[in-house]
Amino acid sequence: MLDIRRIPLPSLIGLVLTGLFVLAAIFAPLIAPHGNGEIVGDVWEPMSSTHWLGTDNLGRDLLSRMIYGARITLFIAVLATALSFSLGAILGFSAAVFGGWYDTILSRLVDLLMSIPTLIMGLVVLSVLPSNLVTLILVMGILDSTRVYRLSRAVAVDINVMDYVEAAKLRGEGSGWIIFREILPNALSPLVSELGLRFIYAVLFLSTLSFLGLGVQPPDADWGGMVKENKDGIVFGIPAALIPAAAIAALAISVNLVADWVLNRTTSLKGGRG
Amino acid sequence: MADGKAKSTPLLDIRNLRIEATVYPPGEAPKTITLVHDVSLTLEKGKVLGLIGESGAGKSTIGLSSMGYGRGGVRITGGEVILNGRDILKGGKEGFRKLRGREVCYVAQSAAAAFNPAHRLMDQVVEAALLHGTATRAEAEKRAVALFKKLSLPNPETIGERFPHQVSGGQLQRVMTAMALCSEPDLIVFDEPTTALDVTTQIDVLAAIKDAIRDTHVAALYITHDLAVVAQVSDEIMVLRHGRLVEWGGTRQIIKEPRQEYTNALVSVHEIEHQEQQPGTAPMLSVKNVTAAYGGGHVKVLKNVSVDIFPGQTLAVVGESGSGKSTLARAITGLLPPEQGSVVFDGRTLGNRLADRPKEDLRQLQMIYQMADVAMNPRQTVGTIIGRPLEFYFGMKGRERDKRVAELLDEIEMGKGFIDRYPAELSGGQKQRVCIARSLAAKPKLIICDEVTSALDPLVAHGILKLLLNLQQVEKVAYLFITHDLATVKSIADSIAVMYRGEVVRYGSKSKVLTPPFDAYTDLLLSSVPEMEIGWLEKAIAGRRMESAGN
Repeated sequence: MLDIRRIPLPSLIGLVLTGLFVLAAIFAPLIAPHGNGEIVGDVWEPMSSTHWLGTDNLGRDLLSRMIYGARITLFIAVLATALSFSLGAILGFSAAVFGGWYDTILSRLVDLLMSIPTLIMGLVVLSVLPSNLVTLILVMGILDSTRVYRLSRAVAVDINVMDYVEAAKLRGEGSGWIIFREILPNALSPLVSELGLRFIYAVLFLSTLSFLGLGVQPPDADWGGMVKENKDGIVFGIPAALIPAAAIAALAISVNLVADWVLNRTTSLKGGRG
Repeated sequence: MADGKAKSTPLLDIRNLRIEATVYPPGEAPKTITLVHDVSLTLEKGKVLGLIGESGAGKSTIGLSSMGYGRGGVRITGGEVILNGRDILKGGKEGFRKLRGREVCYVAQSAAAAFNPAHRLMDQVVEAALLHGTATRAEAEKRAVALFKKLSLPNPETIGERFPHQVSGGQLQRVMTAMALCSEPDLIVFDEPTTALDVTTQIDVLAAIKDAIRDTHVAALYITHDLAVVAQVSDEIMVLRHGRLVEWGGTRQIIKEPRQEYTNALVSVHEIEHQEQQPGTAPMLSVKNVTAAYGGGHVKVLKNVSVDIFPGQTLAVVGESGSGKSTLARAITGLLPPEQGSVVFDGRTLGNRLADRPKEDLRQLQMIYQMADVAMNPRQTVGTIIGRPLEFYFGMKGRERDKRVAELLDEIEMGKGFIDRYPAELSGGQKQRVCIARSLAAKPKLIICDEVTSALDPLVAHGILKLLLNLQQVEKVAYLFITHDLATVKSIADSIAVMYRGEVVRYGSKSKVLTPPFDAYTDLLLSSVPEMEIGWLEKAIAGRRMESAGN
């Protein structure tokens, strides 16, 4: 079915890079040459054969920390995006299908949530609630789900008036079938393209929070946190802060290359056979 | 072929035109197919050539080639298109730009989709003339107003200030004709300009187009699949099939003495013999004094409508757009709860709202839509589409379900190979057949058919009607057949209800409704159906007793 030679080159690059990041995240303890919090050398050592990417502001091996960082970054970003999409899409679709009061109340609540800048909202909530992974994922997921809600409601409202949805309603189908079998498959393309974008926003948002000290707590660190730890080195010409930043950029680009490819395949109305 | 009367140089001379496109068939490598095979034609100044054929015959493709345009990746790969003595295909982009909208203009099928909704009509009508610098704005507007008058549009002085959504479909089509004529071109390509209109509106637009062509001495290519329509406006007719020329001759010769078998098939009237059944004693479904409205009771679209449908019989509901015939279907199905009145089915009153009806009632009443394209979920295979009612109503699963789906596909004269296809991989007629199978799967007592053949080619529509009649014999199902096409009504109905502005103006058995004396509206409807006869248009216009509502 899936022929590897028919995948366009950019998508292939995206797939390989994303795959590498995911593998690094899963097998972090096996791959990393040193422990996450282990101090192995001097502060900000340059790249060498023992420390491929040098050491960080406390003398820890940067490569090892990058690999462990991938684990935390991807874990939180994936879960937060999954949460925001399932929540946003299901609520958005049901608002479009049920309409009336349900739609009005939900939409105004979302407007309310969206009227507060995400970062400020996140900062306030996270500074009040205990700082752990669960709260972090919940806050990121719920805040992001407002955007997904808007998009999926707008898409579903258009689909909901199609004749085939009317035919399903005439047949007596329940809302479950209408939402998941009639609307969802047809709304998938815009949602997938949004997914690529939202995932990256999640990574960046996490990085921002960590940079401000409210995200992942030390000694663990995501890539954003590592930029923060090493930012002072930039003044002295030490590239340690740029490496995690480059990793964020590479992840962003490769995930979107994959999303574009999935998008191309899901837009086909002929089951991807055409 | 055209008799040797081409003494002067023709305005348009297409020689051995070959048009190709690349297609991507499922599971195969992309390949190039030829859409038009070496077609030649000539057209003289002031003459009208009708291009006719079913979908995919290449008639629009040939029409558009006269302005050097290939729609959607279509390529002109061979031949010459000589307009005003030069080969326009050699002119390049600049040449096309000078040509389009000045020497050749185009009138599209759907004027509603072809106008920009954000600009006033006048701005769009004069745009081409201004861009080509053939007239100043004042001159162009003066010309446009004169054209509006000629096309008998209401308020010709001020209609240009309106936006496209503020005029009716028939009027918009005439504004589009004015737009094409405004830059005083030598040739106009009419691409099915009346196909999307009601019969009563079509006749007005047709007459307006015919007058305008006669008075401005413009040449025209008139593309349509309706031979009766093209017979009214054109001097010559070219019959096309699968991108090849079938027959080309004078209008009289084509419709009176067709030389080719295919032309004969098109020309001969497709009457389906249908013996009218006498209404039984107990109606299966009666609509009793139903009044329905949109917008919370402000716009009344059904006023006190009562009709009966008898088991195994067909009631045809006829009327023009906006007469409330589709709303009647929505009221019966429960999509639009009636304000007053009730729907009685099999002796029990149906719930007004869809949500109040038990599953069994929903099963007994099925519906087939006009646009088969949008009536099927594009992400589901034919197997899922037909199989779902089986699962849903009868709890069939797995092999049992697949077996029944295959049986149903047989019944609609399609093979088992279609089970795994997606709707996008079916032709228009096949799509409608799948919709029919989906409604049959529920084993209903009544199927509501909402304009099921109006989006199809005549020959395909003929097949669908025959299929519906056969299925009626086998399954003993009743139809509520909504249509604006009286030829369809004649071939399928047992009783007829004529609707006008939300009211039933004439109702009874088919023979009774179609026997004179007629009321004014039924007369208008009947007389507006194009007949395959030269000079019918003038006769019909002269003999009318009332104006159509769309005017």
